[in-house]
Amino acid sequence: MSTTTSAPAGRKPSSRSFKERVDTMPRAVKIVLWVVFAVFLFLLPLLNIPFITTEGSDFGGVLFTVATYVLVALGLNIVVGYAGLLDLGYVGFYAVGAYTVGVLTSEHAHLSWVLVVPIAIVVAMVSGVILGAPTLRVRGDYLAIVTLGFGEIVRLTLVNSQWLGGAQGISDIPKPPGVELFKVPSLDWSAGVPVVDLSTTSTFLKFGINDFVPYYWLALGIIGLVLLFDILVKSSRVGRAWEATREDEDAAELMGVPTFRFKLLAFALGAAIGGLSGALFATKAGFISPDSFQLLLSILFLAAVVVGGAGNRWGVIVGAIVVGYFPERFRDFADFRVLVFGLALMLLAIFRPQGLLPPRRTVRAKRADDRQAVLEEGEASA
Amino acid sequence: MRSTLKFAVPLAVAALALGACGTKGGDTTTPAASGGAAACGNYKIGMFGALTGPNANLGIYIQNGVNLALDDYNKKHADCKVTLENYDSQGDPTQAPALAKKAIDDKKVVGIVGPAFSGESKAADPAFNEAGLVTITPSATNPKLADNGWKTFFRALGNDATQGPAAAKYIKDTLKSTKTFVIDDASEYGKGLADIVRQDLGSQVVGNDTIQQKQTDFSASVTKVTSSGADALFFGGYSPEAAPMIKQLRDAGWKGTFVVADGVKDQSFIDNAKEAAEGTIITCPCVPPDVAPAFQAAYKAKYNEDPNTYSGEGYDSATILLDGIAAGKDRASMVDFVKAYDKKGVTKQLKFDAKGESADIKVFAYKVENGKIVSVGEIK
Amino acid sequence: MQNLIDNFFSYTITGLTIGAVYALIALGYTLVYGVLRLINFAHSEVFMYGTFAALWVVMILGGHPGAGVGQVIFWVAMMFVAAMAMSGLIAVLLERVAYRPLRKRNAPPLIALISAIGASFVLAEIMGLRSRIVGWVGLDDTLRDYVRNSRNNAGLPTIIQPQPIFTIGGYHVTNVDIFVIVGAIVIMVILDQFVKRSRLGRGIRAVAMDPEAAALMGVNRDRVIQVTFLVGGVMAGAAAVFYMLKIGITRYDAGFILGVKAFTAAVLGGIGNLRGALLGGFVLGLAENYGSAVVGSQWKDVVAFVLLVLILLFRPTGLLGESLGKARA
Repeated sequence: MSTTTSAPAGRKPSSRSFKERVDTMPRAVKIVLWVVFAVFLFLLPLLNIPFITTEGSDFGGVLFTVATYVLVALGLNIVVGYAGLLDLGYVGFYAVGAYTVGVLTSEHAHLSWVLVVPIAIVVAMVSGVILGAPTLRVRGDYLAIVTLGFGEIVRLTLVNSQWLGGAQGISDIPKPPGVELFKVPSLDWSAGVPVVDLSTTSTFLKFGINDFVPYYWLALGIIGLVLLFDILVKSSRVGRAWEATREDEDAAELMGVPTFRFKLLAFALGAAIGGLSGALFATKAGFISPDSFQLLLSILFLAAVVVGGAGNRWGVIVGAIVVGYFPERFRDFADFRVLVFGLALMLLAIFRPQGLLPPRRTVRAKRADDRQAVLEEGEASA
Repeated sequence: MRSTLKFAVPLAVAALALGACGTKGGDTTTPAASGGAAACGNYKIGMFGALTGPNANLGIYIQNGVNLALDDYNKKHADCKVTLENYDSQGDPTQAPALAKKAIDDKKVVGIVGPAFSGESKAADPAFNEAGLVTITPSATNPKLADNGWKTFFRALGNDATQGPAAAKYIKDTLKSTKTFVIDDASEYGKGLADIVRQDLGSQVVGNDTIQQKQTDFSASVTKVTSSGADALFFGGYSPEAAPMIKQLRDAGWKGTFVVADGVKDQSFIDNAKEAAEGTIITCPCVPPDVAPAFQAAYKAKYNEDPNTYSGEGYDSATILLDGIAAGKDRASMVDFVKAYDKKGVTKQLKFDAKGESADIKVFAYKVENGKIVSVGEIK
Repeated sequence: MQNLIDNFFSYTITGLTIGAVYALIALGYTLVYGVLRLINFAHSEVFMYGTFAALWVVMILGGHPGAGVGQVIFWVAMMFVAAMAMSGLIAVLLERVAYRPLRKRNAPPLIALISAIGASFVLAEIMGLRSRIVGWVGLDDTLRDYVRNSRNNAGLPTIIQPQPIFTIGGYHVTNVDIFVIVGAIVIMVILDQFVKRSRLGRGIRAVAMDPEAAALMGVNRDRVIQVTFLVGGVMAGAAAVFYMLKIGITRYDAGFILGVKAFTAAVLGGIGNLRGALLGGFVLGLAENYGSAVVGSQWKDVVAFVLLVLILLFRPTGLLGESLGKARA
């Protein structure tokens, strides 16, 4: 109880002063900075910045993958971070979303994409409620294994149901309708300095087969919306109810918080966002099969949340980027990718157990713990 | 204000850089088209498939064949060598599209050997088709791949629709089986193949079962097979499941003939099933190594082992592309070149029909004898 | 359904055999959970290393089919020694590297799970990459047979030729079936007695019941935890031998599915309860086989998980109830 390291303390001043500096800026400057940052994110796949750009795989495609990871992590963060429910089968909801799109636009019907995505969200949400209603009453550890089972059941059902395409999966998922507004050129760094390359362009919102950048833009837009939603929900009564439930369920119940209902709400919202990411994935891939929804993916998703810092939305975004981007950037590791990833998880758990960016509450709680430890000096049970 | 400046300065510099460095674009990037066959295009061919990860074996066998073809070519054209670009998909359809884009964006790549599996083919081939980049797959055998109307799709071996009937024919005519049990592994490949066999064998199928990939305990299936009294078992699937399956069947005292397809044709099946593998019949649209002794010898000299599954097909696929490069073709004109190709390769007469399927397909039967896979002749 | 009725005994006996393996692995989960309230996600890898140790020792000793009885007994005994030693070692190592540092820092349980997942990846990948790793130290020629195709299956020669001993309902029960089922039960009885009677066993139960009180009573918690991991590992090693004798083939990723199944078995029987693990393992093995007979083998895992969900809904503490401490064994 007394062995808190001094490492975080060393970092705190600089990070806080950065935050303070940003906070004290005039509002207009802040808005400008945000806009600049957003524009930078939108242009990122076209800037082809050396070192950041992936060599072995298309950068636009990789960024899209990272964006879906971010989306998934935001959804899973509601379940794991806010409500404190351990979900090891999140890929199930991701698959439900993807397959809803596949079934309704290609396999059994040909509805429009705009219509199908909300349906996918609703279907994923309903599946979350169906799974959550009976299982959220059982203890937390059991929830982990039940959700793990759910993820596998979904995948096996997909493999074995011919109606859902079986192992062949579903192909020819149509592209979303786009409007071709303008072309954005990319940068070429092959000469050492950036040169605007007019021959390699991306057309703003033309969803083709061979250009992933518009899909990335779409994903970025959706992430923006989900973030907004996340901020609103977290700071509302619902967010406080989740925090209370996570900290001490019995106490929360005594204070009149219907904990079960709020847990179910978190589960359903998380499922909905998972479904949305799945729908997005299916749209871009154009082809889905059960192979794309392996159990390992659930574990990677969870790792993204915990690595970043469960409960902190900016943290989980960082975590998702780490988990989604690094394996692609360092393709040279090839065979050793999973090994390195496993080592990284272990090191992180030991040296930075609250994640890369811990939520503010944990920082607060930790400080309180430290203070208490000082007060209770002499107790040395560990 | 200090911090604002910090942000603003690099931005201004970046803006200046963008403005000052001018632009590049348009028509300056077409090197080979004007020079004709004499100019060296520094062309590359791509190898698309699983080179790392759990499915890497097959990809590496193919890659070995491709490398051998490249060696042959570069020996003859020392002044203008062709290099190999690897696109390691790990067999994962999710990674395939971005890798395909990478290959397409590299204008020096004039043709692809692969994608190796059917799943990744489905994910990547639409992009190759749109970009007009030729793909010759040495191993993806799903029949439906050829039905998509992809102009750039070519297949250097027979598909499951030719292998399935051959396997059924062998079970009926050569083995004279009257009671056959059919198992598949629910994979695209295994189930597709098993369904064809089921259909062709008709009423002599005495039972069916489906297992899962990565399953290791087959006790339920073993009970079903032994209790059905089957004298032959066809399994549509891969060697990781085939090996424990036959082992457990033999342990339970089943005496019938085990018939499998090309997905099981690798040494690891015998290494793992050991004595239980004896007598297993393997059908394969791949040619036995002794049909092309020169290739076999060259392969053995370089890799210290006999050519493995699809090494020959990989060699042939690469050779077609390299012949195209030698004939001065670039990416755009390669499609027509491959379409019109008609030469003898190490595995077969290399010629494609309108859908991109191999025109000359032979299915061979192999048998496991004394720990070796030996050819027992073509299934006609 | 008709098939199940016709071959009821066949499905039952083979279900019990694989169930015995589940049960032995489940013990590891149950023990650790009982003491630490922690899902030892990497326990599946502990088992997987045991299967390889069992395989390698037979290869070293030159095991082959058709040997005499004395020889076979020697080989099997050596398999047990090697697998139990290897699995026990890996389990203790795992505790030292992946869990103890976290415990010292009072990390939240979720982080322990992440560390376990990381350790699981590392262990599995080291086995999957063993040919490369051996290559770095230049031993690849000497150890060629042991590291060949390290991403692929590795098979054990059939050292015990299955012989029908007696026939029940049309099924020939073989010597291997009997050995696995009886062997697993015997090992479990020994463990049961160990936990019930020995000093260390009492320590385990004390820590499981109330860690603080146990510490006050002079129980060395770290030592107890280490012993718990060791015992769980040794059990997984025994499971690995039975598994190799019955299935005969292993792979670097063979642990994962079995681990999930065994954990299911532990929860089914009541996690933290030793006898529950045995019961849960057998029930799960039977349910899977009966389910496969009725609806097809492809639904095997689905049957297992649906069973788990049903049990948790209607009897959340498992069939025999929880708690290692309260289990008067």
